[in-house]
Amino acid sequence: MIEVQGLTKRYGRTVAVQDVSFSVKKGEILGFLGPNGAGKTTTMRVLTGFLPPTLGKVTVAGYDVMQEPLEVKRRIGYLPETPPLYPDMRVMEMLAFAGRLKGVSGNQLKQRIAEVSEKTALSDVPRKLIGHLSKGYRQRVGLAAALIHNPEVLVLDEPTAGLDPKQIIETRKLITSLAGEHTIILSTHILPEAANTCGRVMIINAGKVVAEDTPENLTARLQGYETMNLVVEGPEAEVRERLSRVTGVSRVSPSQAGNGRVAFAVQTVKGQDVRKELARAVVESGWGLLELRPVGLSLEEIFLKLTTTESADDNAGENSKETAAS
Amino acid sequence: MKNIWIIARKELAAYFHSPIAYIVLAMFTVLFGFIFYSNLRDFMMEQFLAAQYAQMYGQLTPLNVNESVIRSLVYAIAVICLFLMPMITMRLFAEEKKTGTIELLMTSPLTDLEIILGKFLGAFLLYASLLVLSLLYILILFLYGNPDGKALIAAYLGLVLLGSCYLSLGLMLSTLTRNQVIAGSLGFGLFFMLYLIGWASSYSTGQLGQLANYISFTTHIDNFSKGVIDLRDTVYYLSVIGLSLFLTARSVESVRWRA
Ligand SMILES: Nc1ncnc2c1ncn2[C@@H]1O[C@H](COP(=O)(O)OP(=O)(O)OP(=O)(O)O)[C@@H](O)[C@H]1O
Ligand SMILES: [Mg+2]
Repeated sequence: MIEVQGLTKRYGRTVAVQDVSFSVKKGEILGFLGPNGAGKTTTMRVLTGFLPPTLGKVTVAGYDVMQEPLEVKRRIGYLPETPPLYPDMRVMEMLAFAGRLKGVSGNQLKQRIAEVSEKTALSDVPRKLIGHLSKGYRQRVGLAAALIHNPEVLVLDEPTAGLDPKQIIETRKLITSLAGEHTIILSTHILPEAANTCGRVMIINAGKVVAEDTPENLTARLQGYETMNLVVEGPEAEVRERLSRVTGVSRVSPSQAGNGRVAFAVQTVKGQDVRKELARAVVESGWGLLELRPVGLSLEEIFLKLTTTESADDNAGENSKETAAS
Repeated sequence: MKNIWIIARKELAAYFHSPIAYIVLAMFTVLFGFIFYSNLRDFMMEQFLAAQYAQMYGQLTPLNVNESVIRSLVYAIAVICLFLMPMITMRLFAEEKKTGTIELLMTSPLTDLEIILGKFLGAFLLYASLLVLSLLYILILFLYGNPDGKALIAAYLGLVLLGSCYLSLGLMLSTLTRNQVIAGSLGFGLFFMLYLIGWASSYSTGQLGQLANYISFTTHIDNFSKGVIDLRDTVYYLSVIGLSLFLTARSVESVRWRA
């Protein structure tokens, strides 16, 4: 349904997206993950025909975004990062305007407005001025406007940003229910959201794809180690040295110190329970063991590890983009 | 065509949802009303003197309502528009860029040209309502004299063309920035300068003076205000409108490329 080949987008000398390729099959939900400034919004803007790509080819439903922009735009419902709404309009007027822009009119428009405002829980505020709505409600109106013409493809830039927990759950449900019939690309910073709603996740960092797989596979593949939180009463340097000698420990990093106590994050090789060894090592050296707690590695941490190590390799974030551009 | 109307309707509604339309209409009514009143008073005075003159010398020279009143009213509208038109056009693109709603327009199945023409039409309809207001005043003239209907039509055709020049140029300036105040100030500055050029050049001969005279918008309204539809003036206005809309299209396109 969506084919992106070798997409590069430069803003002047900044490279926002570099040689990104992916494809999304009909009915699939693809999640974009990435830290701020990774290039998620930029990629979506190119997909929706708002920005032309610097290099590369983007096709949606068989139409090239540059060659036949109108055909592509007819088929896409897009929720930008900041919902594009007119503060002077009432909710109904906004949805009607969005619908007309997308070519929906007459009775069909009325029916669609009723349907989408039902789906996005807007039925209680039809006559409210958008300027008077709270952030979460504005987000919902934006989503409703993106759905108004029942598009084949949905591009949602952080669809749950600013929503309350109940509404987040509702929106996720809505998105999953739309999959199958619709092809969806969404971006998010909330990893459980990606894990729960997306069939496939693409992690982007500094304009490049660093990983792409199902959430389960990503977690399995990347969980090569486990982390232990350890609080010890004793001299920092010596404790650290002793701990790193325990077999199965791959890295010890002190995280906090204060009045004789030191907290460590101990990384261990996966599948080896070293808690006993760690405890023994501390006690036998005569220090006090105050806390020993295994920390599960969430998708959040995987994401952090991936994106931060990647950018460290690359000489960090914005910097690397400058050099890439020049 | 349908898309142009969708945009135009939205723009027109936006003017009336915000204070802009009311401010523009009120300012126009007051300023035009004042000028109309003082012109009419002068005219009546002349008419009175003429009547006395006729009594003394036994011959009545008919006064021409078109020449003395309509002509100065056309100029009045042209000058009032200098600062009202930027108020109408400044928001057209600047506001959409600022609030990000441009992203909705540009990812909808519309061409840039449809968006531009829709916005132009929306602004034009507000301007047209000003012209209709001024016509209501001019109806009063029919009570006192017998203005030449054809001349009036020519005068209003000139105003439609002149106004469209201001609007299209203002629309273009609005694409250059996301700040309405800047767009408005640029518009007012430019229009005022063009007006001054025309005004100053009316006293100068020489090539430069003629060129300046040609460039200024307001000098081309002269024939229209006398009830003469001159092809050269019409072509001039239409080219300015066409060029401004073309530049607007280029600017919108470059917004896309830079964005
Ligand atoms: N209009 C612009 N002009 C210049 N640079 C831009 C522009 N828009 C984005 N960038 C740059 O492009 C890069 C990618 O930005 P983008 O908005 O795509 O990130 P993102 O992944 O959506 O981030 P976030 O999670 O904060 O939304 C950033 O380095 C940003 O500074
Ligand atoms: Mg973003």
